[in-house]
Amino acid sequence: MADVYEDTIAAVSTAMAPGGIGIVRISGKEAFSIADKIFRGKRGKRLSEQEGNTIHYGWIEENGQAIDEVLAVVLRHPHSYTGEDTVEIDCHGGILAMNRILEAVLRAGARPADPGEFTKRAFLNGRMDLSQAEAVMDLIQAKNEYALKNSFRQLQGSVKKKIQDIREKLLYEIAFIESALDDPEHTDLTGYPEKLGKIVMEQKAGIEKLIAASGEGRLLQEGIKTVILGRPNAGKSSLLNLLAGEEKAIVTEIEGTTRDIVEEQINVRGITLRLLDTAGIRDSSSPVEQIGIERAKEQAMDADLILYVVDSSAPLNENDRKIMELIRNKKTIVLLNKNDLEAAVKEEELKEKLDAPVISISVKEKKGIHQLETVIQELFFHGGISFNDEIYITSARHRSALEAADKSLKLVENSIADGLPEDFYSIDLMDAYESLGKILGESVGEDLVNEIFSKFCTGK
Amino acid sequence: MSRVEEYYDIVVVGAGHAGCEAALAAARLGMETILFTVSVDSIALMPCNPNIGGTSKGHLVREIDALGGEMGKNIDRTFIQSKMLNKSKGPAVHSLRAQADKSEYSRSMRRVLENTEHLTIRQAEVSEIVAEEGILKGVKTVSGALYHCRAAVLCTGVYLNARCIYGDVSTCTGPNGLQSATHLTDSLKKNGIEMLRFKTGTPARVDRRTIDFSKMQEQRGDERVVPFSFSTDPEDVQIDQVSCWLTYTNEKTHEIIRRNLDRSPLYSGMIHGTGPRYCPSIEDKVVKFADKDRHQVFLEPEGYYTNEMYVGGMSSSLPEDVQDAMYHSVEGLEHAKIVRNAYAIEYDCINPVQLKASLEFKKIRGLFSGGQFNGSSGYEEAAAQGLIAGINAVREIQGKEPLILDRSEAYIGVLIDDLVTKETHEPYRMMTSRAEYRLLLRQDNADLRLRKYGYQVGLVTEEQYRNVLEKEKQIEEEIERLSRTFVGMSSEVQDFLKNQGSTPLTSGSSLAELIRRPELDYEKIQSIDPNRPKLPEGVREQVNIHIKYEGYIRRQQKQVEQFKKMESKKIPEDIDYEAVGSLRIEARQKLKAFGPSNIGQASRISGVSPADISVLLVYLEAHRQ
Repeated sequence: MADVYEDTIAAVSTAMAPGGIGIVRISGKEAFSIADKIFRGKRGKRLSEQEGNTIHYGWIEENGQAIDEVLAVVLRHPHSYTGEDTVEIDCHGGILAMNRILEAVLRAGARPADPGEFTKRAFLNGRMDLSQAEAVMDLIQAKNEYALKNSFRQLQGSVKKKIQDIREKLLYEIAFIESALDDPEHTDLTGYPEKLGKIVMEQKAGIEKLIAASGEGRLLQEGIKTVILGRPNAGKSSLLNLLAGEEKAIVTEIEGTTRDIVEEQINVRGITLRLLDTAGIRDSSSPVEQIGIERAKEQAMDADLILYVVDSSAPLNENDRKIMELIRNKKTIVLLNKNDLEAAVKEEELKEKLDAPVISISVKEKKGIHQLETVIQELFFHGGISFNDEIYITSARHRSALEAADKSLKLVENSIADGLPEDFYSIDLMDAYESLGKILGESVGEDLVNEIFSKFCTGK
Repeated sequence: MSRVEEYYDIVVVGAGHAGCEAALAAARLGMETILFTVSVDSIALMPCNPNIGGTSKGHLVREIDALGGEMGKNIDRTFIQSKMLNKSKGPAVHSLRAQADKSEYSRSMRRVLENTEHLTIRQAEVSEIVAEEGILKGVKTVSGALYHCRAAVLCTGVYLNARCIYGDVSTCTGPNGLQSATHLTDSLKKNGIEMLRFKTGTPARVDRRTIDFSKMQEQRGDERVVPFSFSTDPEDVQIDQVSCWLTYTNEKTHEIIRRNLDRSPLYSGMIHGTGPRYCPSIEDKVVKFADKDRHQVFLEPEGYYTNEMYVGGMSSSLPEDVQDAMYHSVEGLEHAKIVRNAYAIEYDCINPVQLKASLEFKKIRGLFSGGQFNGSSGYEEAAAQGLIAGINAVREIQGKEPLILDRSEAYIGVLIDDLVTKETHEPYRMMTSRAEYRLLLRQDNADLRLRKYGYQVGLVTEEQYRNVLEKEKQIEEEIERLSRTFVGMSSEVQDFLKNQGSTPLTSGSSLAELIRRPELDYEKIQSIDPNRPKLPEGVREQVNIHIKYEGYIRRQQKQVEQFKKMESKKIPEDIDYEAVGSLRIEARQKLKAFGPSNIGQASRISGVSPADISVLLVYLEAHRQ
């Protein structure tokens, strides 16, 4: 079955320890030739000339510029994890260098791996026991669901909108061309190529802007979605400010101050968290506050991690009961805040009700924060919090989809310039449309046929 | 009580375009075949538009012909005008369309059927299918007669529980007032088959003598007619052609329609069936595209020996008096007399996902179906399915693998794959945009693509097949020659290029490279290619297309390779999707409902994600014995 996989895939393959070593794994027929394009060994020998099961010291370079100092492991088919020719690049330059290496590998000709694809290939290539099939299938599905959720959720709202917009415009033109081909006595295409040329140029420019933005990491809201929940005035906003190191949220003594969501990206020992402060949850008669509470609940449902802040100086009440109900199945850390005051809530009480670590802190006196960071780190590295590889590959996948769309539009421009007939344009336009759809997690399906019928009056 | 009881190999129900092809294929392959129709006079009837072919449908006719079907030959014998559409566009979307003399078309097909050995024609309404333990045994007619058979093909078109509607008038008849078939639906339901209800419609026919053609634009046929059939001699189709005429609706027409919408059965809720979006009634067009101030109307002759003209573009189910006013508001139709009024028709058909790609019912072995009964629309779509269903009914009896064309081989493959793997909400029509590999599926190369299958099946003669092999060889050799023949910067070549508005050469160039230039082609460079062999037109055309669009063609060929890999991964028929734990619930339901036969098909089912496909691949690998 190995012959199914003609193409070569790459991804960041282990969770990245802060400042530690991560691996970019390349697997497939072209693994060595791709690695050769960007790896310069200390002894000048190319990786494709090396024996299997050997390690080589050198640099990853792109356009004559060194990106990072690395160790490259050469594994020859069938003696690798996937059973295919494989190069593993161990690097230690941190997350940024890792991403740059991955991007260089993709530009050299690899395709970003689908979620769970290494494992899938390993299995299909007979590198795993048949009894592991069940586990492999579960892993593929789970990773995909997570990736899908993330890929869309992490996109900046404005980026999403922009991509949808470009897709809509492309689809309209494809449908126009196709309806003209379908009903040639109805629609005349004289002068159309010039018009299309302009539209393609504009949309291509839009895509290229997005590619540039992706290079600067501006496409994604990266990080683990962490939602701070709690009763009003439990100290949620103060916690956010403390972790973020600046005054982001407005903190007052008045309950219900935070009526909307406040968001901040923070770094905890090399792990990026997307921290969201929410309105305190309680029964409120204020409609504005009520909206804030609803939003808080929505965010909580979608979170990777919940920081549940409890005011330990006041007994648990109905509002706490509601919160605990809400987060019952979520990964949670309970923060028993205000431990500088006399305790009215006991740790055991919370542990009984929630299956989650409980940390006693004082935001006001900045106590217990170190312990919080340790717990987050442990959760992250022991797989408690999702599949962290996916966060990094998402951005690479987006970028390669954008580049594919850009290339397709370039082909449309060439076809127009060469005076090819109109039916050729729609082929490449459709490819661009499909590539952009991958970013939004949308497949093409009946889009075109629907568009033709809804926008153009065709038929007898 | 004694009843008629007869034995046949194959029963075909319905003698429309699907039924004719199915019956001919079966009988020609040596099967004792009986063809049932509610009226022998309505064999190969064209109850709607008076033409065969058109965009993408023309492709289907060519493919039917390449496989050994009859439609292409029959229209070549009976057309009265012919046009190659989209000639200014790329070769992939060139499409042949011919106006037919309707009654001649019907008569000519009937003559072929009547003179085919092993074929019996019988006028009777089939009311029941007889199946035992999921295996078809025969059919019964309303009189109680029993016809035993080893396979049957249902091609009932729009006749099952048909109802024709215009205004508040509704009659339980098929097209043209023909008898509908009212029993078979119940029998099918009893056998566990899910039925749908679709609708379609047709415009009025008006008396030619009452049309003012001076207010319309004449639409002539092509100077040089190209035949549909690969076996028709092109010289035989250079006939005197008749014209069609173009006029337009106007604001007044639209106003009349808008004012009377409440009297339309479509809007009053009297019609329940789902209509096709690509063939909207004029009421639909006016409502949905309110910003358009006019719509095209084509007046098309129904034949040589009749004054009836088809009013293309204005199908309707409005009441008679509104139809009168509406048609009269169109320029040139002010005094037109309606011969037959427009009407909508509702009918029962099946949900085609119950079929395998061979067009055999998954639930009933030996039962096949084709045409509008399968939820498609159009004469050509029907004929294509009829042919495949007929062929596969024979192969089922012979214990041979069914003939299944895939999406990379034929429009017929796209058509059937779409029908059996996509959810149908309206009658399905072929469109070039549905064919993802359309650069390869051209009407000009249908013989090169499909003759071999026709030959393997037994409907194409040895000689016809050899001709194609010879053509293939000539094309290959000529392309090779053009790639190896170089021209230098001689003054003859440079002058030639200058005259053609092409850039002069700066170094030697192969002839193939020159053909690739947008402003040149194979025919144009003849004068600088003195050693060119004398080749048939069909070969020269293929050579030109291949060289000119090589880049694109190669790209699609690559995609096809990928596609074929997925198609070749078979899914066992007895797979238990419940046992594949990691499939998402939606995917599992869809896979159970559609029962795809391979991974490629599974991946095209909406609601099945790439991850589900990965899971399925792992499952299949783990359970491969």
